Amino acid sequence: MTSFVNWLDGLLKVRGIPILYAHVVAAVVAGLVIFSVIGISVMVLVWLERKISAHVQSRLGPMRVGPHGALQLLADILKLITKEDIIPAKADRWVFVLAPFIVLLPAVLAFLIIPIDSNLTVRNLNVGLLYFLSIPSISSIGLIMAGWGSRSKYSLLGGMRAAAQFVSYEIPRALSVIGVVMFTGSLSTVAIVSGQARIWHILWQPLGFLVFFTASLAECNRIPFDCPEGEAELVGGFHTEYSGARFALFLMAEYAHMVAACAMATVLFLGGGSGFLLPSVVWFLIKVFALIVLVIWIRWTYPRFRPDQLMDISWKVLVPLALINLAIAGAVTAFI
Amino acid sequence: MIRTEEIQINMGPQHPATHGVLRLELKLDGEVIVEAIPHIGYLHRGIEKMAENRTYSQLIPLTDRIDYTCSMVNNWAYATAVEKLAGIPVPERAEYIRVIIGELNRVVSHLVTMGVNGMDAGAFTIWFYCIRDREFVWDLFEMVCGARLTHNFVRFGGVSFDLPDGFIEKAREFCDYLEPKVDEYEGFLLNNYIFVKRNREVGVLSENDAINHGATGPVLRGSGVNWDLRKNAPYSIYDRFDFEIPLGTTGDNWERARVRFEEIRQSIRIIRQALNSIPAGDIVTPGLPRLIKPEPGEAYARIEGPRGEYGVYIVSDGSAKPYRWKFRSAGFSNICVLPLVLKGLRVPDAAVIIGGLDPCFAEVDR
Repeated sequence: MTSFVNWLDGLLKVRGIPILYAHVVAAVVAGLVIFSVIGISVMVLVWLERKISAHVQSRLGPMRVGPHGALQLLADILKLITKEDIIPAKADRWVFVLAPFIVLLPAVLAFLIIPIDSNLTVRNLNVGLLYFLSIPSISSIGLIMAGWGSRSKYSLLGGMRAAAQFVSYEIPRALSVIGVVMFTGSLSTVAIVSGQARIWHILWQPLGFLVFFTASLAECNRIPFDCPEGEAELVGGFHTEYSGARFALFLMAEYAHMVAACAMATVLFLGGGSGFLLPSVVWFLIKVFALIVLVIWIRWTYPRFRPDQLMDISWKVLVPLALINLAIAGAVTAFI
Repeated sequence: MIRTEEIQINMGPQHPATHGVLRLELKLDGEVIVEAIPHIGYLHRGIEKMAENRTYSQLIPLTDRIDYTCSMVNNWAYATAVEKLAGIPVPERAEYIRVIIGELNRVVSHLVTMGVNGMDAGAFTIWFYCIRDREFVWDLFEMVCGARLTHNFVRFGGVSFDLPDGFIEKAREFCDYLEPKVDEYEGFLLNNYIFVKRNREVGVLSENDAINHGATGPVLRGSGVNWDLRKNAPYSIYDRFDFEIPLGTTGDNWERARVRFEEIRQSIRIIRQALNSIPAGDIVTPGLPRLIKPEPGEAYARIEGPRGEYGVYIVSDGSAKPYRWKFRSAGFSNICVLPLVLKGLRVPDAAVIIGGLDPCFAEVDR
């Protein structure tokens, strides 16, 4: 990114245009790239989820639109966008309208610091990890807003659950990555990736990976931790009252969060883009998609926890495991 | 000053977890259920009143619609009552066909419940597996009577069609197919850690409460009461078969699900024995009149359906139409325990408990 700005500045200087413009142009380009990356990956993911779930359930899934239903999602998007946009009469209008954006935006922002390649990152923040831990949790506010603003009791229960769940899963998630920071000695995601050139962190800290991955499932609202949606009891949870394009935004946010979490797991524990023969971008994508397939596989295999059991697991299982991982990581850094 | 108050939500009549049209009025303290009041009657079609204006044989199609997941069993319960009332004998072969078909229908009903139990807990995939397996039975039924859901198959003094060629082989094939599948689902769903966590110690129904509420079927046996009409008050030819009655111990939701799993295995056992020993002969008692006019009197017959006891009570005034026709549905009594077991639990428990009691609202409301 910095090199891109410098290159642009070099071009513009000839015409006497200040560097500020170069920054603005670079930011716009980066935003467009991130949005298109998210858009494309969400489309691929929805298709992948439908196909994988179908084959898990001995069905075929979408087959009509395009080869093996590859264009099904375009049709779906078209359908969702052209649907009537319903805002319930008694809803808290502004809160209701804003909520889907507040859920989606943090997922997009999280992509800023993900180093697909050491040269291919928007911002190499020196507090990158801290940024990643804090930004996506903003989306829980969006979920509460959606639950509260809908003026529906089911939504309210979903929003309440989301608040409780996100707050308690932040803690094991943050604890699990501290081990990585201890190894690398840096919060910068680029440094973390380059620190794994020899050996991936997952080999030293399998527990850390497990805790991070599990907590990420809860952060992304995926089964077995999708209590805020809980379609069996809460109909749709916080998005019960949403329809059309706004519902599509929630859907997009869920997948964007999933991609962000899987990408971060790759960066933290699976060595980012490191690999042999193939370029690092390809390796990065392979790893991310392998994790995503795992998430989808879990989604279509397991039942859902009850919210109170969910809390139990966070506080009684994941937090102790993360602390054990921390102790091991400490011992390893001290003696090896 | 922060003030808290109970909220009241209506679960249903349109809700993914109520499997039909149950309206459950829940008073909630946060997520904890303070009080649960079930409201029924959204699918009331007045079948019992309709019955008074139809002849006896015109009533058989109505019984299909009482509980659409096991219409063969309903047919059978009704036919048994009329046979008792009018003293109609049933040929040997017809009894065997009834047992085979009835047990297949029990398997179907339990398969659906199994899928639903999974779905209530959030596991979607098991539902598709169960529905896939159900298709095999529907194909068998289609071979026998041409219909797939509402079969209208059992007649007074027998059944309407004989088993077609190849049915016995296909039914055996199905038994061989299903047995390993049940083992697979047991590992996939029943013994799944999360499923056990969701269902163990949830919705506990004590032996006494189960009896006092008139619960029957897997709900009663899940609480450990050894009561199955096939053993305790044998009807048809059930005394000839070798099978066991699976019993639960704690009476929680998981035990009810486990009882159903076991019952599928036992049903397969019965079907195998019946297929091996089915005799040749008439499928319906010859020489029966077209229009049955039983002597004035009354009769009550009951059989063990997948959901419990199906009882049919008929009062005849000597005409071609019943004077009074009453159907005792198992689901109605079973969901009566809802206010009792739901108190103090959480909203997600309500979903799994309703699934565990396995009501079919067409049958509850009639």
